[in-house]
Amino acid sequence: MSAPLALRVVEHEAQVFKRFWRGTLFGYVLNPLLYLAALGFGLGSLITENQGEVAGLPYVEFVAPGLMAAAAMQAAAADSLWPVMAGMKWIRWYHGMVATPLRPRDVYTGSVAWTAMRAGLGATVFLVVAALLGAIPSAWGVLAIPSAALTAAGFAAMLAAYAATQEVDLRFPLIMRLGILPLFLVSGTFFPIDQLPGWLQVCAWASPLWHGVELCRASTTGMLEAVDLAHLAFLVGFLWVGWLWGIRSFDARLTA
Amino acid sequence: MSALFLHVVERDFLAYKRMWLVFLSGFAEPVFFLLSIGVGVGELVGDVHVGGETVSYQAFVAPALLAVSAMNGAVFDTTFNFFFKYKYSKSFDAMLATPLGPTDVAMGELTWALLRGTIYSTAFFALLLAFGLVASPWAVLAVPVAMLIGFAFAGAGMAATTWMRSFVDFDYVGIVLIPLFLFSATFFPISEYPTGLQIVVRCTPLYQGVALERSLILGDVSWALLGHACYLAVMGVVGLWVAGRRLGRLLQP
Amino acid sequence: MSETPLIDARGLVKRFGDFTAVDHLDVQVQPGEAFGFLGPNGAGKTSTMRMIACVSQRDGGALSVLGMDPATEGSAIRARLGVVPQDDTLDLELTVRDNVLIYGRYFGLSRAETRRRADELLEFVQLTDRRDDRVDALSGGMRRRLTIARSLVNQPELVLLDEPTTGLDPQARHLVWERLYRLKRSGATLVLTTHYMDEAEQLCDRLVIMDGGRIVAEGSPRALIDRHSTRDVVELRFADEHAQHAALARLEQVGERREVLPDRVLVYTADGDADVERLTSDGPHPESLLVRRSTLEDVFLTLTGRSLEE
Ligand SMILES: Nc1ncnc2c1ncn2[C@@H]1O[C@H](COP(=O)(O)OP(=O)(O)OP(=O)(O)O)[C@@H](O)[C@H]1O
Ligand SMILES: [Mg+2]
Repeated sequence: MSAPLALRVVEHEAQVFKRFWRGTLFGYVLNPLLYLAALGFGLGSLITENQGEVAGLPYVEFVAPGLMAAAAMQAAAADSLWPVMAGMKWIRWYHGMVATPLRPRDVYTGSVAWTAMRAGLGATVFLVVAALLGAIPSAWGVLAIPSAALTAAGFAAMLAAYAATQEVDLRFPLIMRLGILPLFLVSGTFFPIDQLPGWLQVCAWASPLWHGVELCRASTTGMLEAVDLAHLAFLVGFLWVGWLWGIRSFDARLTA
Repeated sequence: MSALFLHVVERDFLAYKRMWLVFLSGFAEPVFFLLSIGVGVGELVGDVHVGGETVSYQAFVAPALLAVSAMNGAVFDTTFNFFFKYKYSKSFDAMLATPLGPTDVAMGELTWALLRGTIYSTAFFALLLAFGLVASPWAVLAVPVAMLIGFAFAGAGMAATTWMRSFVDFDYVGIVLIPLFLFSATFFPISEYPTGLQIVVRCTPLYQGVALERSLILGDVSWALLGHACYLAVMGVVGLWVAGRRLGRLLQP
Repeated sequence: MSETPLIDARGLVKRFGDFTAVDHLDVQVQPGEAFGFLGPNGAGKTSTMRMIACVSQRDGGALSVLGMDPATEGSAIRARLGVVPQDDTLDLELTVRDNVLIYGRYFGLSRAETRRRADELLEFVQLTDRRDDRVDALSGGMRRRLTIARSLVNQPELVLLDEPTTGLDPQARHLVWERLYRLKRSGATLVLTTHYMDEAEQLCDRLVIMDGGRIVAEGSPRALIDRHSTRDVVELRFADEHAQHAALARLEQVGERREVLPDRVLVYTADGDADVERLTSDGPHPESLLVRRSTLEDVFLTLTGRSLEE
C-alpha cells in the first residue's frame, strides 16, 4: 500500500516548506483575499448599487467561495508544474527519494497529498478572514475547506502527472495562460455561468473548477442540495483519472 | 556606448523564434480578462460614471487592462527573466566576454522588454478598436503611453532585481504587483474608495498609467495627464539609474 | 625581449573580501606563445584569467592586455580576445549554430560573415551534423568543443582557455589538443590553465606553476623538470604502512631524494634502472615497482610538497 510511504514524502515536503512558506501564504491566502477586497467589496458595492443581488446573493457572498476554489486551483497548478520539473530534472530530489524504499508512485502521491494539505490550510485561513469580514453567511462554510482541498488535489494530480512527461518547461506558461487562467475566469467564479453563451456553458460544466466553485458556494451559503453530490463525484473522478495517469508517468520517468 | 546592445535584442528574438506560441500567449491574458470581467461581470455592474460621463463597464475596464498588461510584461521581463539570465542561464556571462559591457546588456534587455510590450499593446489596442471601445481620437496616444508605462516598470523592475538573491525573493514581486493590479482604479472608479485611501491610490504608479489610458481612450483629457506622464518618466529614469549603478559590479565580480 | 608582451601583469592582485585569491602576480606573455597556468584547485588560475579577459576588475597592480588597460578599455580588448571560460556559458535557449551566430553578432560582425565563420568553425570542431540541435542535447565534450568554436568566431589574436579539456574523454581531448595546436601554428597566442601535466607538456611553450595565488616556478616544461626534478622516478607501493615504514631506511641509500606519500614512495634519481637493480637484489619487497620519467607533477610535488590533483 502506498499511503504510509507517501507520508514520508509529505514529511520531506513539509521540511522544505519551512523555508518557502511565504510563497504559499501568498498564493493560497493573500491573493484571494486581495481579490475579495477589490472585487467582492469594491466592485461589489457598485454592483449592489446598480443591480442588487447576484444569483440571490450579495456579490461579496457570491464571489468569496468562488475565489476560494479558484485560488486552490491556481496555486496547486503552479505548485505542480515547476516544482515537479525541479524534482525530476533541475534539482533532482525525486531521484534521491526513489533511491530509498520509496517508489515513484509514493513520491507522486505524497506530493499531491502535500499540495492538497497546503490548499486546505490556505482555504482555512481564507475562510476565517472572509467570515470575519462578513462574506460567509453559513456555518456549513467549513465544508468549503475540504472542497477547496479536493479541487486542488485534482489539479495537482493532473498537472504533476503531465509535468513528469515533459523534458523542458516550455509549455508550462502556456498551460497557465491558456488553460488555468480561462478556467479561473469563466468557471462561475466571478459571475454565474448561465450568463455565458450556450456553447461556453457546456465547456464550463466540463471545468473541474466549476464543480469546485459550486461545492464551495453551496457550503458557504449553507444551501447544500442533492446535486452537490454530483459535483463531488465529478471532482473525485477528476482526481482519480489524474492519479492513474500520474502513477504511470512518474513510474516511467523515475525508473527510466 | 554603441549600437552593440541591439545584438542583445537580436539574441532574445532568436530565442523566441522557437517559442512563438509562448510569445503569442502573452497577448491572451488581457483579452481573457476583458472578455470575462469586462463582459461577464460588466453585465452585473451595468454602467459606470467617470468624469461626468456614463460609459459601459467594458469601456471602463478596457483601458485599465491595457495599462496592467504593459506593467506586467515589463516587470516580468526585467525581474524573473532578467534574474534567470544573469544567475542561472549563462547568456549574460557569454555576452560580457565580448565587446558588450553591462550597460549594453541592460539596455538590450530593456529594449527587448519594451519592444515585446509594444507589440502586445498594439494588438490589444486593435482589439479595443474592433470592439468599439475607443471613444476619442486622443487614443492614438494609448500605445505610446503603454510604452511609457512599460519603461517606468522596467526601470523599477531592473533596479529591484539587483537586490534579489534567489527566486524565493520573487514572492515579493507578486506581493507588489497583485495589489497594484487590483486597486489602481482598475475595476472600479477611484470614487468608490474612502477619501483617505483615494489619496494613497493616487500616489501609486499603476494608477498613473490607468488614469492616462482611461482619459485618452475615453476622451476625458486635461493638463493633469502631464503630471501622470512625468511621474512615470521619472520612475523609469530613477530605476534605470539605480540599476545602472549596481549592475556593473553584480555582473562583473 | 624585443617585442612588447601581449599580456603584461605586474603585482596583479585579486581579493574576495579578506581573502586574496591572486597575490602579486607577475606574468608576461609574448605574441605567438602558448602559455600555461598550472596549479591545483583554488590556486587562483581562473581569477587571473578573468582579469585578463576583462570580466573581473583587479584590486591592485598593473595589467595591460594587447597594450591596453582592462580597467578603461575592456570593450576594445575583448573585441580581440577569444575566451573559453572554465564553465561553459552556452546559451541553452539557442541551437548549436545559433550560439555561434549570435556570438559573432556580439562582436559586431556582419550576418553574412558570421554565417560563413560559424559553418567553418562547426566543421573545425566536428559538430556540423549537430548544428540544429539544442545545446541541451549535447554531451559535455561536445559543449566544450562548441564553446571553443564560438570563442574563435572573431578570429582572436589572443585566446584564453580555462581548463579546455577538463571532463573530456581521451579521444575528445586529443581532438581539442590537435585543434589548439593548429590554431597556434596559424599565429594565435594561447593562454591556458590546466591541472593536467600532459596537457601542459603537449601545448605550452612556457608555463608558470601557481599555488595559493602566487607563482612558485616558471619556465618551459623541460626546463622546469630539469631544474626541479631528476631524470627518473622510481615509484614503490607497499602492502601496508608497516612494510612501507620498514623499507624507508633502505630507500635512504638510493637516489637523490625521496617523497613519502600515503600510498607510495617516490625515489628521485638520475638513473632509475640502475637503482631498481640495486633495490631488487637485496630487499625491500614492494608490491609494485615502476620506473618512469619525471613530469611536471614531480616538479609540483617538489616545490610545494603537495600533489597536484587532490
Ligand atoms: N566570486 C568569488 N567569491 C569569493 N571567492 C572566490 C570567488 N571566485 C574565486 N574565489 C576564491 O578564490 C580562490 C581562487 O579561485 P580560482 O577560481 O581562481 O581558482 P582556480 O585556480 O581556477 O581553481 P580550479 O582549479 O578549482 O578552477 C579560491 O579559494 C576561491 O574560493
Ligand atoms: Mg579555475
